[in-house]
Amino acid sequence: MKKIRYAPASRVWITGTIVAAGIVFSPFAFPENAVQEPVNLAFTLADTIDRTKAQNSNEEKKRAAESKAAFADAYKVFMHPRCMNCHPSGDAPLQGDKSTIHTMNVQRGPDGKGLFAMKCKNCHQDANLEGEHLPPGIETWHLPTAQRPMVFQGKTPRQLAMGFKDSAFTGFKDIHRLVEHVETDHLVLHSFTYGTRPPLSHKDFVARVKEWIDKGAELPDK
Amino acid sequence: MIKLTVNGKSYELDLPSDMPVLWVIRDRLGLTGTKYGCGVAQCGACTVHMDGEAIRSCVTPVSRAAGKSIVTIEGLEPSLSKPLQEAWTEIDVPQCGYCQSGQIMAAAILIRDQPQPTDNDIDNAMAGNICRCCTYLRIRQAIHLASRLKSSNAMLSAI
Ligand code: FES
Ligand code: FES
Repeated sequence: MKKIRYAPASRVWITGTIVAAGIVFSPFAFPENAVQEPVNLAFTLADTIDRTKAQNSNEEKKRAAESKAAFADAYKVFMHPRCMNCHPSGDAPLQGDKSTIHTMNVQRGPDGKGLFAMKCKNCHQDANLEGEHLPPGIETWHLPTAQRPMVFQGKTPRQLAMGFKDSAFTGFKDIHRLVEHVETDHLVLHSFTYGTRPPLSHKDFVARVKEWIDKGAELPDK
Repeated sequence: MIKLTVNGKSYELDLPSDMPVLWVIRDRLGLTGTKYGCGVAQCGACTVHMDGEAIRSCVTPVSRAAGKSIVTIEGLEPSLSKPLQEAWTEIDVPQCGYCQSGQIMAAAILIRDQPQPTDNDIDNAMAGNICRCCTYLRIRQAIHLASRLKSSNAMLSAI
């Protein structure tokens, strides 16, 4: 027993209080099922933890499914000719709604701006030209560079998503720069204003890319 | 008023900003060596240099040329024009000749940037210049010759 270091008068008073409290609260402190109750409590707790875990894993599954669904929508835009034509698997840009190889044997060139007398900006002006069959344009018309060609063409959703999560593929410091690219890059914006439009509006497209990333940037199954 | 330099000479011209450079050089400045072929950036007949790049002048609005330097076939610098002219004459490249100033302006950029071009380089550089008379094989030969002449001229002038 620990020694109580109180003055004798206080000791009497405190002891009395404890005894009285013991009498008043004894039915609660020592109920009939004094052993059963903690066991039940432990079961209840374990149950709650299990349920929370299950709930969490359900939420986790739901979140992952939503992330994948968001990517599936965005993928349709990435693979639309307006986007994919500048992300070809070869070294020539593609053109038109059928994504045919650019006429005139145009080549990417090391900086993505063409080669020799065949530079992109030699024909593509700072703005679209009025009239049939005239080249579209903005100030920064170009392809990704030869060193980092960022190929979309031929990629499955899973392969493309893996690419976006790899800074060697994108050249972006982190995946959030991808959002910045799809949200603000002038060439990306141009794709939503010229010719046959991608299947989502630019706003919805950006929202779906953000959702994919915010919900864990899950890799599609295929 | 738009200020630009053409073949080293400065001009200040009152022009609509969307007038194509081709109109300016042919109709306003009387430099008719550059030709009008298609008007839609498809044939290369109108090729001139703007700040050292081979632009298609039929689709380039003069507003884009403001403050820049344009070079036409008439003003091509001798280190490029001399070997090209000699090679073109030697191989007897032109048939009707209509596409040839555009061909030469495109070839000038190629031999400037790639002193010893391969056949593949030539294809990459020249495929945008159409020749209705199909002088392509002679153009290829002439570019190889011009690049050799250019390097020997450069060696001679270094002695
Ligand atoms: S006239 Fe300019 S490309 Fe044909
Ligand atoms: S020589 Fe006739 S079009 Fe080329």
